[in-house]
Amino acid sequence: MAVGTQYLAEQPKLRTSSLVLGAIAIAAMLAAPFFFYPVMLMSVLCFALFACAFNLLIGYVGLLSFGHAAFFGGAAYFTAHAAKVWGWDPLAAILLGVAGAAVMGLIIGFVAIRRQGIYFAMITLALSQMFAFICLQAPFTHGEDGIQGVPRGYLLGFIDLNQPLTMYYVTLAIFLFGFFAIWRIVNSPFGNILKAIRENEKRAVSLGYRVDRYKLGAFVMSAALAGMAGGTKAIVFQFATLTDVQWQMSGEVILMTLLGGIGTMVGPIVGAGLVIALQNYLAASDFPVTVLIGIIFVICVLLFRRGIVGEILELMRRKGKSAS
Amino acid sequence: MVSTQPILSATGLTMEFRGFLAVKDVTLSVNEGTIHALIGPNGAGKTTVFNLLTKFLTPTRGQITFKGSDITGLKPAEVARLGLVRSFQISAVFPHLTVLDNVRVALQRPSGLATQFWRSSNALSALDERAMELIDAVNLSSYRNLTASELSYGRKRALEIATTLALDPAMLLLDEPMAGMGHEDIGRISDLIRRIAKNRTVLMVEHNLNVVADLCDRVTVLARGEILSDGSYDKVSQDPRVREAYMGTEHE
Ligand SMILES: Nc1ncnc2c1ncn2[C@@H]1O[C@H](COP(=O)(O)OP(=O)(O)O)[C@@H](O)[C@H]1O
Ligand SMILES: [Mg+2]
Repeated sequence: MAVGTQYLAEQPKLRTSSLVLGAIAIAAMLAAPFFFYPVMLMSVLCFALFACAFNLLIGYVGLLSFGHAAFFGGAAYFTAHAAKVWGWDPLAAILLGVAGAAVMGLIIGFVAIRRQGIYFAMITLALSQMFAFICLQAPFTHGEDGIQGVPRGYLLGFIDLNQPLTMYYVTLAIFLFGFFAIWRIVNSPFGNILKAIRENEKRAVSLGYRVDRYKLGAFVMSAALAGMAGGTKAIVFQFATLTDVQWQMSGEVILMTLLGGIGTMVGPIVGAGLVIALQNYLAASDFPVTVLIGIIFVICVLLFRRGIVGEILELMRRKGKSAS
Repeated sequence: MVSTQPILSATGLTMEFRGFLAVKDVTLSVNEGTIHALIGPNGAGKTTVFNLLTKFLTPTRGQITFKGSDITGLKPAEVARLGLVRSFQISAVFPHLTVLDNVRVALQRPSGLATQFWRSSNALSALDERAMELIDAVNLSSYRNLTASELSYGRKRALEIATTLALDPAMLLLDEPMAGMGHEDIGRISDLIRRIAKNRTVLMVEHNLNVVADLCDRVTVLARGEILSDGSYDKVSQDPRVREAYMGTEHE
């Protein structure tokens, strides 16, 4: 009984403190474009959403996809094509990217979901590389050039996205929508079953759960949200190229998530911010960026295995335990 | 409640692992409403038989019928949905979920609260009352907010039984539910099994022969993958082949 009351008393405190932190974070994001370049911030937001979508799969289902670039880059092509060639509204074009990524997620997920561990990673890698090859060859993606000069256009016909600040706030809104969608999925009845499957798959099966369907559902959701990030990026940067569909991009999102902390809500955001900031600030220097990021990655994996946010949470958890 | 109608039957069940016959031509039937024991020395193939009956393994040969329909071709999740639910020899809990959450996970599917990804998990509090009843039944009420990994071995087993019961299955397969338990726990779980068997069928693997004699209506003895003997405890315990099998191996 004593255990129960203690647990109940702890809950509201946790909620208010994370609400306060969330409010501060949102205020900071609203003020950010007055202190940093909006273009870099938008890049961080797109990649942060991408990493959060990827984390939904590895952090909460335990599946390591090595093919998420296909959804991110694929959606970028779909959105860019719809906005440029068909002249769609930017929102409709992004939604097409989301839908396209979801369909690709259904196909790739259907093939991969029955495999375990490294085989799952290899199948997703192989299928995404096949897609990258299609993108290189297909006429509508324009090969090595990609789709250039995508118009940002007018959101809902009247909001001019060519204004950098407007574009930033729309990107922020999309990011927040995606982030809260993931938060809802993770903390839903469905999310509860995902956690159970990650904890003990056999037991979940023996309780009558068709675990393949739950995994596939999570895979499609993760792909769709990665697509939301990719589609938004195409509108923000006004192009879609092969870089976004290639395996290096899948590797980059894994790196961001690992750095920030797998299975934490804000870890992937921190990881994405760190990697993008490094790439931006080091782009001008003579030191090769990839080497430096590689070194930081190795140091992080050696020093904080749980990722930056993961380690901080663990520290707080231990402090909380010793205090009570 | 004890009837002569079989609820589960297997004919000619055979399992071969790369040339090694772990289960040989096992024909078994469990009558509805009974507590049926499957006993035998270590390595006899009892767990393998459980894996076959619940389709966690696909038999090399043989046929399985549950409640009158052929389940040989089904997937394990479908078998569970029909009401044939198993526990595992190595206690199977969700280690980082609380005791309450462990039971709620089992209740979610029958209550239609498993696929909703757009709702808050606060909706699951609708299951708390039923979950607490089940947790009470195995005396774990005061541990309900501990994570399963923090429980002692015996309590993990108790939690697993509560989770299995949450599905209200027509038949339970319990693989050594009392292994590693102290005297007191054994008594408590025996009582619980007797209570749940009032309107269900139980097939259990058990090494403690006192428990088997006390609890079970019928006993099937397995040795080296084959059925040695089958019948009441008294009949089986008189069987010279059974005595020999138990004498000849390193039984506890
Ligand atoms: N997956 C497997 N692959 C190969 N051999 C196995 C497998 N599972 C069980 N066996 C073998 O089958 C025999 C029966 O095992 P088991 O069913 O666990 O026995 P019991 O539960 O009666 O102690 C053992 O010799 C074991 O080594
Ligand atoms: Mg066994």
